[in-house]
Order: sequence, then structure tokens, then C-alpha cells
Amino acid sequence: MDGIERLLRDAERNAAPETDAMQDARRQMAICNACRYCESYCAVFPAMTMRREFSAGDLTHLANLCHGCKGCYHACQYAPPHAFNVNIPATFAQLRQESYAAYAWPAPMGRLFERNGTVVSLVAAIVVTLVLLATVALQDPAVLWTPQRGTGAFFRVIPLWLINLLAGSTFLFAIVAMAVGGVRYWRGTAGGAGAPASMAAARDATTDILTLRNLGGGGHGCNDLDDSFAQHRRWLHQAMMYGFLLCFAATSTGAIYHHVFGWHSPHAFLSLPVQFGTWGGVLLCIGTAGLIWVKTVTDPGPVAKRVVGGEYAILILLFLVSATGLLLLAVRHTGAMGIMLALHFGLVLALFVAAPYSKLVHGVYRGLALLRHARERRARAPSA
Amino acid sequence: MPDLARTWDVLVAGGGNAALCAAIEARRAGASVIMAEHAPKPMRGGNSRHTRNIRALHPAPTEVLTDSYLEEEYWDDLLRVTGGRTDEGLARLCIRASQHAPDFLKSCGVVFQPSLSGTLSLSRTNAFFLGGGKALVNALYRTAERLGIAVLYDTEVQHIEMRDGFATEAIVSHNGFPERIRFRALVAASGGFQANRDWLRKYWGDAADNFQIRGTPYAQGRVLRDLLDGGAQEVGDPTQFHAVANDARAPMEDGGLAMRLDCVPFAIVVNRDVERFYDEGEDVWPKRYAIWGRLIAQQPGQVAFAITDSLAERDYLPSVFPPYRANTVADLAGMAGLDPQKLERVVAEYNASVRPGTFKPMVPDDCRTEGLTPPKSHWARPIATPPFVCHPLRPGITFTFLGLKVNERARVLMQDGTLSANVFASGEIMSGNILGQGYLAGFGMAIGTVFGRIAGQEAARLGRN
Repeated sequence: MDGIERLLRDAERNAAPETDAMQDARRQMAICNACRYCESYCAVFPAMTMRREFSAGDLTHLANLCHGCKGCYHACQYAPPHAFNVNIPATFAQLRQESYAAYAWPAPMGRLFERNGTVVSLVAAIVVTLVLLATVALQDPAVLWTPQRGTGAFFRVIPLWLINLLAGSTFLFAIVAMAVGGVRYWRGTAGGAGAPASMAAARDATTDILTLRNLGGGGHGCNDLDDSFAQHRRWLHQAMMYGFLLCFAATSTGAIYHHVFGWHSPHAFLSLPVQFGTWGGVLLCIGTAGLIWVKTVTDPGPVAKRVVGGEYAILILLFLVSATGLLLLAVRHTGAMGIMLALHFGLVLALFVAAPYSKLVHGVYRGLALLRHARERRARAPSA
Repeated sequence: MPDLARTWDVLVAGGGNAALCAAIEARRAGASVIMAEHAPKPMRGGNSRHTRNIRALHPAPTEVLTDSYLEEEYWDDLLRVTGGRTDEGLARLCIRASQHAPDFLKSCGVVFQPSLSGTLSLSRTNAFFLGGGKALVNALYRTAERLGIAVLYDTEVQHIEMRDGFATEAIVSHNGFPERIRFRALVAASGGFQANRDWLRKYWGDAADNFQIRGTPYAQGRVLRDLLDGGAQEVGDPTQFHAVANDARAPMEDGGLAMRLDCVPFAIVVNRDVERFYDEGEDVWPKRYAIWGRLIAQQPGQVAFAITDSLAERDYLPSVFPPYRANTVADLAGMAGLDPQKLERVVAEYNASVRPGTFKPMVPDDCRTEGLTPPKSHWARPIATPPFVCHPLRPGITFTFLGLKVNERARVLMQDGTLSANVFASGEIMSGNILGQGYLAGFGMAIGTVFGRIAGQEAARLGRN
């Protein structure tokens, strides 16, 4: 290897002491790179074979490329109790968590959320309480249990300006924080190094994201629960992801109805915002509840115990957001609407605030890792 | 805990691919089957846990194999590596039946990688298990359990009660407790004796202490020894084994595939006395990797050192443990504990003998030495680009060749030439019938699958009558 490159890598390694997970990941990659039995499982192993030495950035990239399908663990001749103790899914999950904290913006928030299982729950609870209290204080407390009907019913519980202010600011904050985190991640893992950008690579990465190809195990599935193959996580994650996108579409069409056409909520059940929201909410509920189920019954061997709390917390938060959204639809013409709206709104705000520091941010980093991998693969393709 | 008071139709001793194929076939034929696997569950599967592929005959491309691989070519390949030390009848039977092995394994839940055209030289002849041998073992155990086969882990078969070639019961140690398993037919699929250092020492003396056992530490040869002592006929050279060049710093047992080093064709290899002892570039590595374990085993101290440089390092797979690296050959020798002046001289002599040529890493090229003894016939380039690199090597033993003599129905032969009444064998414990020496990648799994299936069918037929 080029001497200057080696010096730079050494400097990078010396700059900050590496975590145990980082050092262990490098040790394990040396074993994997000499074995390569897992080459057909997912993108991680082809990406690994493109390297002989692994900088911290390389390892962070590989960790974020890992979808946690656990195929490599159950197939591993070096998995515990073997002395080599190779456990890529658990080690990479830990490394991902560290990368979420390391590249978070603002940095102190990243550190605050690092042990995020409890923090996410706390934030959710505090925000919900605050919103409820504020609602009561700002309005006539009776509004919370009196049935509200007709145009603008929701806004008699929480004024439109407050919804816009709180939702708009937290959503914008989440987007900005995740974008800055994404840029920091891309630079920190040397995202563009050596491989040209191309539309084809972007298309590959988008396909990988939309189809969750890497959770398909090449068609036969992953080791979701144990050493048998299944596609539970793939389909449940699809339900969750597309449910989330439908809910986002519901909010967007709702905003367009309001601001462009002047059609004010509550909308009819068969209107676009309510249809998007209903089916999105149902899918989100199924996806999140299913993923919680998988987590509780899966073989604990390849699971990183330290990150599980945060993953449960964000899944429960997402489930509660969608469940309260559906309940709000069900009770919107009754006296329970006020409390349900406040609860739903509070949970949504908590989700926005927590998003850039929680497991949710994996969407950004995983996407960038897939893009980087697609670029590397395409750059290599002609010579292979 | 299965019922050990009853008499089982079939006892399978062992827990690797050959044992599982026998157990599954016997159970599918309607027999009651119990398996005794010496290893605990996480380490189950014998050497199959470390395998990767199976060599399979195929007249046309399949989902998992490219092109075609016919009987005569397969037979020629076997003849070449064994130097004729094989049983043609059993070998051809195995070769023909290997055509159906991938489909059988698929029917047991094993997933194969799609054929990788061009990237691996073996993709024409060998079907690769997705994720390797442990994934295969997992699938087979899952199938065995689904079929109702009783599987005992941590269960060592210590003795077989046998009279006049008729076996009746096994004395086993189950989780450390003595138990008896009564049966109507026995399939011995418990591997070779390579992990039994005392046994190896009988032939190799103290050198045996320096052999690394690549695979399962449970291959103690206890069933093999017991059956031979009970009158079974032996086959294969007891002193011989399959061995490769391993990293000298690998664990003494169970280091598996990743400990092997592929650097030899791109290196020069010296022994402890800093002398070269064999043509490193004789042929492409897949055809020569299996002789290097024996070559190193014959060197003083059973150790050798592959010397390369930064130019050559990119042409072979990276090693798990970092090699020694130094900016001068003398410093490198110091790190490896070799005589620095002598290594400098050996490298200089080699460099001076290298003839110019066009380097082609994947095929025998025209880069060779002239006037050097022994020569390096291909891939010879001057070792001149610092930092210099040294990989220390030791023999890594895969399996031993000594086994039980069997007929074409996997039935064990007794020393007087008669057939055992109810003992069958499959896998490494009988592979010496077909592999008198040498090895073909993926052929062990072919033998295990083919003879495992035959042994299971035959044992079930006996057991149910």
C-alpha cells in the first residue's frame, strides 16, 4: 500500500482511542476476509473483500451496510463458543449505535441519546405531558372532553398556529439534524473515496432500499428467529416503512388540502388524507408490533444487548403514534377526541425530536452505506 | 431424553454430514433412528462444520453448477490425485451417485449458492453451500428433528458390543453419564482419528505435537479403533493424512479453513534451517495445496516460513494473523527467528536465478528460476519490494486415511473377508476405501453424502426386519 495512505490511516487511528467494538470488529473482519464463506449472504461481505485493511471509517461503513439478518452468525464456524468468538451481527449493531452517536448533530444531543432506550421513552412522555398541560392552559379545559364536530374541530383543541409551530419546528429540526448527521457520516466514512458517483449507483441503492434486498438472503430469507430461514423481518419492516411513508403522504395531502384548496379537516373517511393515514397506520401497527415480537422471541446469540433497549423504545413509540392515530380516527366525533388528539400529537412530536438520535436515523446511514457500496461495486464491475 | 430402554432400529454414531444423511435416509425408510453426536450442540457437525462445497457430477448446467462434469473427467481427476490408490468400483459408484447429492441435500433444506461464473475455478465441478458447512449442518439437523430422529449431543460412543460381526449395543457416555443404546443396525459415521494425538504419535513420534488439527477436536477415532479391535477389516495407510499449510500461530485444534495460507505459489518457502525444500510454483494452488501440509510435516520442527514481499502480497488472500513485516530481509529473519545472513543469501540466490517473464497469477506462467535447486517453476519474481513479508507455516491436518473396509452397500467387511451382519460405515471413517492418498476439493462431502445415504437405506432395511 501507498505509504502516505498508510500514514493517514495511522493518524486517523491515533486521533481518538477506538472503542472496544471497533477494535473487535477489525479483528473479526480479518477472520471473515480469510474465510469468505458468507459471500452470498448480503452486501457486507462483497464490500469486505474489496478491502484488505479496515480503517475506522471502513468498519463504520460495513456496520451500517449490515441489515442484521444474522445469516452469517448462524453459518459461522467461528461463532461462540469457538475461541475466535465471531459475532458480526452483534458487533456491527454496537458499532452502528456508536456511529449514530458519533455523527449526530448537535453532538451533545448525540451523546445524550447514546444510551437512548430510556431517554427516548422519557422524552416522549415529557413532551406528551407538556402538550396536554399546554392545551388545557391555553384553552378552556372543558374542550378536552367535550365532543367537537365539523370543520376545524381539531383546532378547537389545539390551535392551528400551535400545531404548525410545534410540528413544523420539530419536523424541520429532525430533517436538518439528520441531514447534517448524514453529511458528517458520509465524510467520516470517506463516502466518496475512489468510486465515481453515477445515476446507476443511485438507482441500485434505491432499489436495495425499496425492496430490502439484503433482508432477503438471496431469496430464501434470513435467520430471523434461529438457524431456520424466514422473511418475517423483511415483510414486517416493509409494512413499517411503507406504512410510515403512507402516513407521511397523509400529512402532506392534508397540508395541500388545507393550504392549496382550502379544504379543512376533519376530512371524510374516503378522502385521500384519511385513506393514506388509515392504511399507513394499520401497516405501521402491524410492522412495529411484529418487529417487537421478532425481537422478543429471536435467538439472543447474535443480538447486541446494549442496543436492544433503544430499539424497543423506538418501535413502541412508532406503534403508539400509529395506534393513537387510528384511535383518533375512531373517536374523532366523540368526547374522547380532545385527549386522543393531544396524546397523538405529543407522541408525533416526541418521534420528531428523537428521530435524529435513535434507531430511526439508520434510514439515512443505511441508505448512504448502500449508495457507497453500489458505487464501489459499479466501479469494480468492468474489471471483475 | 429419548427412551434408552428400547431397541432402536438404527444407531448412527457421529454427527456430521455422513451421519445425518444416513440418519435421514433410514428414518425416511421408516426406521426408528437415534444419533449419538460426541460434540455439544454449538459445535456439532464434525468436520462438515468447516466444509464449503460438494463435488458433483452433472451432464448439463444446473442452478448451482456451471457447464458439465462427467464421469470420466471426475474419475481422471480422482486417479490423478490418488495416484491410482483407490477402489475403482466404489469410486465410480460414488461419482455416479454424486449427481443426485445436491438435490438430496436440497430436499433436506440445504441452500446452495447460485453458480458464480468465472470468479471461482471450482464453480464448474463443485456446488457451494450458502454460508458453508455449518449452515448445511444446521439444515440437516433441523430436518432430522422434524422427521423424529432422536439426537443425543455430548454423547460419545465408547464401545460397540460385537460378536462374529454382529453388533448389538453401544456403551456411550451421555453428558458424562454411562448409558447403553441397543440397536438392530449400526452406522459408524464418526470420522477419522486425526484429533487423537496419542494415536498420531504412534506413527509420527514427537512431531505429532506440532500438527495442528484443522477441524473438530472430537475426531478421536474411538469408534474406528473399537471396531478394528472387534474384528473389522482396515483400509488405508494409517500413517497418512490430508494436510495443508496452516498459519503456524493457529489454534492447535478447530482453527478451520481461515487458518490455511495461500501464499506459497507467490513466495519462497524455507525450513527452520533456512533451506528451500520444494518447488513452490509447481502447479496452480488448488492442485498443490494438499501436498504442502505433508511437506512441512517432514521438515525439522514441523515448521516452515513463506517469504514474500509487498509486490506479491496482493496476489493471495489476506491472512487472519498479520504476517511479520520488515524493511530488510535480515530484520525479517530476526522476527521469524531465522538466521539473518543465511536468509539474505537464500533470497539473493533466488533473486539472481529468476528469469524475466509475464506474471499471470491464476495460470501457470513463464516466470521461473534457472539454475536453482529446487527450482521454482512458475510465478517466480524477485523478492525485492520492501516491506518484506514472512508467514510462518505448520501442517494443518484435515483427516486421516485409515478407515473401515466397506463394500458397495456401505457394509463393513470383517478381517476374515466376511460381511458384518449389521454394521455400516459412511464418511471419513471409510473414505480411505476411495482416497488412498491425496484429495479432491469437495470429494469428502460427496463420499459422506453418497455412502451416508446408502448406509442409511441398508441399515433401515435390516433394522425393520
